[in-house]
Amino acid sequence: MLIERKWKRWFYFYLPMALFIVFTLFPFYWMAVTAFRPDAELYRTWRQANATPFWTLHPTLENFRGLLQTTAFPHWLWNTMLIATVSTLISLTCGMFAGYALARLKFRGSEFLGTAIFITYLVPQTLLFIPLADIIRDMHLGNTPWALMLTYPTFLIPFCTWLLMGYFKTIPKELEECARIDGATRFGAMVRIIFPVAIPGILSAGIFAFTLSWNEFIYALIFMSSAELKTVPVGVVSELIRGDIFFWGQLMAGALLGSIPVALVYSFFVEYYVTGLTGSVKG
Amino acid sequence: MANVSIRNLNKNYENGFHAVKDVNLEIRDKEFVVLVGPSGCGKTTTLRMVAGLEEITSGQIRIGARVINDLPPMDRDIAMVFQNYALYPHKSVYQNMAFGLQMRKYPADEIRKRVRDTAEILGIESLLERKPRQLSGGQRQRVAVGRAIVRHPQVFLFDEPLSNLDAMLRVQMRVELKSLHERLETTAIYVTHDQVEAMTLGDRVVVMKDGRVQQVGEPLELYGSPANKFVAGFIGSPAMNFVNVSISDSGGSLWANAEGLRLKVPPELVERVRTQVGGRTTLGVRPEALHPRTGADPAECCFETTVNVVEPLGNEILINFRAGGAPMVARVDPAVRVKAHETIRLALDPKRLHFFDEASGTAI
Repeated sequence: MLIERKWKRWFYFYLPMALFIVFTLFPFYWMAVTAFRPDAELYRTWRQANATPFWTLHPTLENFRGLLQTTAFPHWLWNTMLIATVSTLISLTCGMFAGYALARLKFRGSEFLGTAIFITYLVPQTLLFIPLADIIRDMHLGNTPWALMLTYPTFLIPFCTWLLMGYFKTIPKELEECARIDGATRFGAMVRIIFPVAIPGILSAGIFAFTLSWNEFIYALIFMSSAELKTVPVGVVSELIRGDIFFWGQLMAGALLGSIPVALVYSFFVEYYVTGLTGSVKG
Repeated sequence: MANVSIRNLNKNYENGFHAVKDVNLEIRDKEFVVLVGPSGCGKTTTLRMVAGLEEITSGQIRIGARVINDLPPMDRDIAMVFQNYALYPHKSVYQNMAFGLQMRKYPADEIRKRVRDTAEILGIESLLERKPRQLSGGQRQRVAVGRAIVRHPQVFLFDEPLSNLDAMLRVQMRVELKSLHERLETTAIYVTHDQVEAMTLGDRVVVMKDGRVQQVGEPLELYGSPANKFVAGFIGSPAMNFVNVSISDSGGSLWANAEGLRLKVPPELVERVRTQVGGRTTLGVRPEALHPRTGADPAECCFETTVNVVEPLGNEILINFRAGGAPMVARVDPAVRVKAHETIRLALDPKRLHFFDEASGTAI
């Protein structure tokens, strides 16, 4: 009986888990291995006797050196960081207030407004970039970081609003009622009680917004043209694929360096982030 | 310290629900008034209107001399204890209690002193640095009460503060709240659906149903002379027994008749019950007004019945049986020996009979 259960546990739990982990982590492994691989090994065909596609025999930092010296990668990294941070802050601020209003204030059309905000999030960026490009040009923002800092919130604000609205709804309304009796205004109760209590939700919205703007591609590709103003995803692709030549080593080195900040942000806030998505607040 | 006066208070919700209907209530200074009733009776809505958390549709609420209808909650000088305690989860116990004082810009050392004093009264000095999630239910309850009393408000509002506690703790906290009120001498309005809580805590009890006040009175007054059938049935546990009877006049005295029952209406009630002759009336008998017949009981107060279930509770025995076509309970001395399915003769105390108009439910 016990043996059978153990067998089942392996079959239904550990095996799928292992497959899932391999499946999700393999691209990262491949990226890391390739980033440290010298060209000689990189372009060795599978049929050659000493081919070792899954590991590197002579790891090298050559790709990183090339990336940092021949391209504007440090600029890209800085641009991406700046743009992602600013657009996240803008979106989070707007999302917090809008989410609170939709969750708590009863006004005519509040339901409709909530749905409408969600629908704007569903409009694909591949359509939205056309009118946005027009606006960016008219406002003479093209090829400046503002072009991205102001357009990213168009999809980040609906996202943050929706996520935070859901989170605010899980906070017992007695908390702010009590604060209002205790002497706070509605705004004061929101800022002093509801926002601090909602920190897990706010952080997860922030992390998501940060990641979305860090990885954003289309707007960054269209609104930025100078090489040193590009973001990491666009810069890596546009500068390291020249014609039909792929600089695989440098591409992977760029991807690796580009994902480190996001990974750091995630691991730093992971606890908050999980409770923000799964937990609710008890009074 | 202040009296609270509620006049013609009404609450209509936008969906058309009329939650509170013409409530009038004069609460004296230092009085502990309990609003009690089944869920949806409007008691919590009334309390929330006093707190300023619900808009008043019509009517007037005064605290002291001030009309507070349009004042925001913060300016009403009240404190409220919520059912789920509503402790600020990100603040320590100390910060929870200090918050209201900080918002009112009290000097720091005054805040420290008041929080310490209040914590001492409630026996929570050792918990001041903890967060609410590290506290047990009873401790949270105490902190919630502490947060209310630390401000020395004019009126305390309690919204079912004990219903999240387990039974033992509820009894203990009930006693503590009562002695706390005696010590603080502050006007308090307390909402509960538990009639035992209402009876033990209230100087006066307000029974509500469907948004209307049914009766206002001291606990024993409500118990002894309920204004209508609803109050009679709601106050007291086990509840009052009700039997539908017809009143007949024979031989100069009035008789209440039902299936297998023929009881003489006591002389002091005859005058009032006479109006019901020929009609149908509801007879109400408290379980403790029934006892096994002894030689002293006159025949016209007795009836015979078969016991269904016996509940020996230790200090008393509850005997369940049917009489006059209705299920009834008698609360008798534990020395009485009865078994289920046994036939017994019961007598009722003629001084403790209640008659209610069958249509309106009003006491006769």
